Amino acid sequence: MSNAIHLHYEVSSEDFTRAGEASGSVKKRLKSLGFNGDVIRRVAIAMYEAEINMVIHAEGGYCDVDIYPDRIEVLLADKGPGIPDVDKAMQEGFSTAPDNVRTLGFGAGMGLPNIKKYTDSMRIDTTIGEGTKLYLTVNVPQ
Amino acid sequence: MNKYFHSVELEADLCCGCTNCLKRCPTEAIRVHGGKAKILSERCIDCGECIRICPHHAKKAHTSTLEEIQGYKYKVAIPAPALFGQFNRLDNVDIVLTGLKKIGFDDVFEVSRGAELVSEATRKLIKENKLNKPIISSACPAVVRLIKTRFPELCDNVMPLKAPMEVTARIARREAMKKTGLSSEEIGVFFITPCPAKVTEIHSPNYSESSAVDGAIAISKIYPELTLAMDHLTEVENISQSGLIGIGWATSGGEAAAMLGDKYLAADGIENVIRVLEELEDEHIRDVEFIELNACSGGCVGGVLTVENPYVARARISTLRKYLPVSMNHLEEDQISKMMWENELEYDADIYRLDEDIVKAMSMMSEMEGILAGLPGLDCGSCGAPTCRAMAEDMVRGKAKESDCIHRLKAKIQNVYDQLKNTI
Repeated sequence: MSNAIHLHYEVSSEDFTRAGEASGSVKKRLKSLGFNGDVIRRVAIAMYEAEINMVIHAEGGYCDVDIYPDRIEVLLADKGPGIPDVDKAMQEGFSTAPDNVRTLGFGAGMGLPNIKKYTDSMRIDTTIGEGTKLYLTVNVPQ
Repeated sequence: MNKYFHSVELEADLCCGCTNCLKRCPTEAIRVHGGKAKILSERCIDCGECIRICPHHAKKAHTSTLEEIQGYKYKVAIPAPALFGQFNRLDNVDIVLTGLKKIGFDDVFEVSRGAELVSEATRKLIKENKLNKPIISSACPAVVRLIKTRFPELCDNVMPLKAPMEVTARIARREAMKKTGLSSEEIGVFFITPCPAKVTEIHSPNYSESSAVDGAIAISKIYPELTLAMDHLTEVENISQSGLIGIGWATSGGEAAAMLGDKYLAADGIENVIRVLEELEDEHIRDVEFIELNACSGGCVGGVLTVENPYVARARISTLRKYLPVSMNHLEEDQISKMMWENELEYDADIYRLDEDIVKAMSMMSEMEGILAGLPGLDCGSCGAPTCRAMAEDMVRGKAKESDCIHRLKAKIQNVYDQLKNTI
C-alpha cells in the first residue's frame, strides 16, 4: 500500500535506560493516528520487549516500523550472536541473560513468549554469529 | 454544562508572549499567537503549571471570593487538608476551623473526613475484588483528565469512587439541611482549594453530571484574613473529626498509605505522573495493587494556590498527624453505592488524533514528517508552538504556516537578499 507510514529507529545498547525510546515514539504516533487503544498497547508492549532483548543480548540494532490502516508491521534486526535454539528461547522462563541484567529485574525468560502473546504473527530469522531478525505484525480489528 | 470549562485563565494585558508557559505545559496545550498565550481548551488539564511558571503573573485561576458566599443563607466551608500545612507552629486543627467560622462561614466540615470514607471504601472494594488492578486513584482531577485524554487503555483502571471533596460536600450539605431545616439551594458549600483543577472539577465534573460543591475559594486568597482571624481567637471550638488517615491525604503517599498494605506506589509531580502512566500502559509496572498519582510535587500541599513551600507544609502535616487517632470516620451501610461515579470515564479520542479517518490521519502524518524534516529542530518556541513537531502538527491542521518559524523565514529572506544582490 502506498500510504504506509515508515519509521526507522536505531536501538542503542550503550544506555540501558534508553531502551523503550522507539516503542514510546511509535506509541505516540499511533495515538495521533487514532488507532484502537488495545492495538497501540500490544504494539508498544511487544516492541519494548524486543528492544530490551536487543540491548541485553545483541548490543543494539535497528527497528523498522510500517504502519498501515489495517496492520502494524515491525522488524527488529540486530547483529548479535543469534539464537541457537529458537524453540527453547520461546519457552516461558528460559533465559540466557547475564546476572547483572537479572538483578535489574529483566531476563525473566518472558521476552519472546510475551512478544508472541501480544502480536498476531511473529517470525524469527536467526543465524549464529550473524544476528537475528524479528518480524512482528499486529492486525487492526476491522 | 461547558464541555471544556477551565479555571486556568489568561490575563491578556499581563502576557508578554514569552515562551515560559508554552515550554512548561505538560500536555502542549498552549500556543502563543499574536504575542499572547492561548490555552487550547480541549488539551488543558488545569494542572496549574503555567500559573506556577509565569513570571508576569498573567495566568490566573478563576476561583470564588468570600463575597460570593453571602448569596447563601447558610454557608459551609469544606477545607482541603492541605490548608492545615500552611501555618507556622500550628498544633491544633481546630484553630484553623474556628478561624474559618470567624471569617464568614456558619459551619465547617473537613474534607479529610470524606477522605477517610474514600479510603475505607477503597479498601473494601479491593478486598471484594471489585476493581480492575492496578487501581489508579481518582482523587487528583488533573490526573483523571490526563488519563481521559491520553491513556485510553487506563480509563477502566481509575477508581470509580468520587473524590473526597465531592463525598464531603454531599454529607456536609445533608447535615446542614438537617440542622437548619433550610433547602439545599439555601445552603452554600464552598471548598477551600489548593489547586485550580478542583475548581474545574466543580464546574465540569469528570464523572458526574453536577457537583455538590457550590464554589471553591483559593487557600492563597483567604490566607491573610484567615491568619488574622486565627490570631485573635478568644475561644477554640471542638470541630475537627478527622484522624491521621484523612489529614494524610494532603501529601503524596498519604492516600496510598491508607490502603494499609505494601503493594502500592505513589508518584507526584506531573512529569513523573506521565512517566508512571506510560509505564502502566505498557504493563511494565507489575505487582502493584494501588497507584496514587498527584499532579503537584509533594501532593496537594504543592498545589499552585497554596502559600507555603510544599516540603515545609509536608513536615507540618506529619507533626499534626502524630497524635491523632487512625481514622474517625467510618462507612455506614450502603454508603459506598452513593459514593460511586455516576458516569463511566470515557476516553476523549478526538483530542490528539489527527483525523477520524485513519487513512486521512496517515496522510496528514506523512505530510507532518516531511514538514518536520524541514524545520530547524531547535524547539525554540518562537513560532508559538512548544516544539518543532507541534508546529508541524499545527501546520497540517491548518493552524500555523511555515513563515511562523523565524528560522525558516530568515532563510527565505536571506535567499531573496542573495538573489537581489546578484542581480544588482
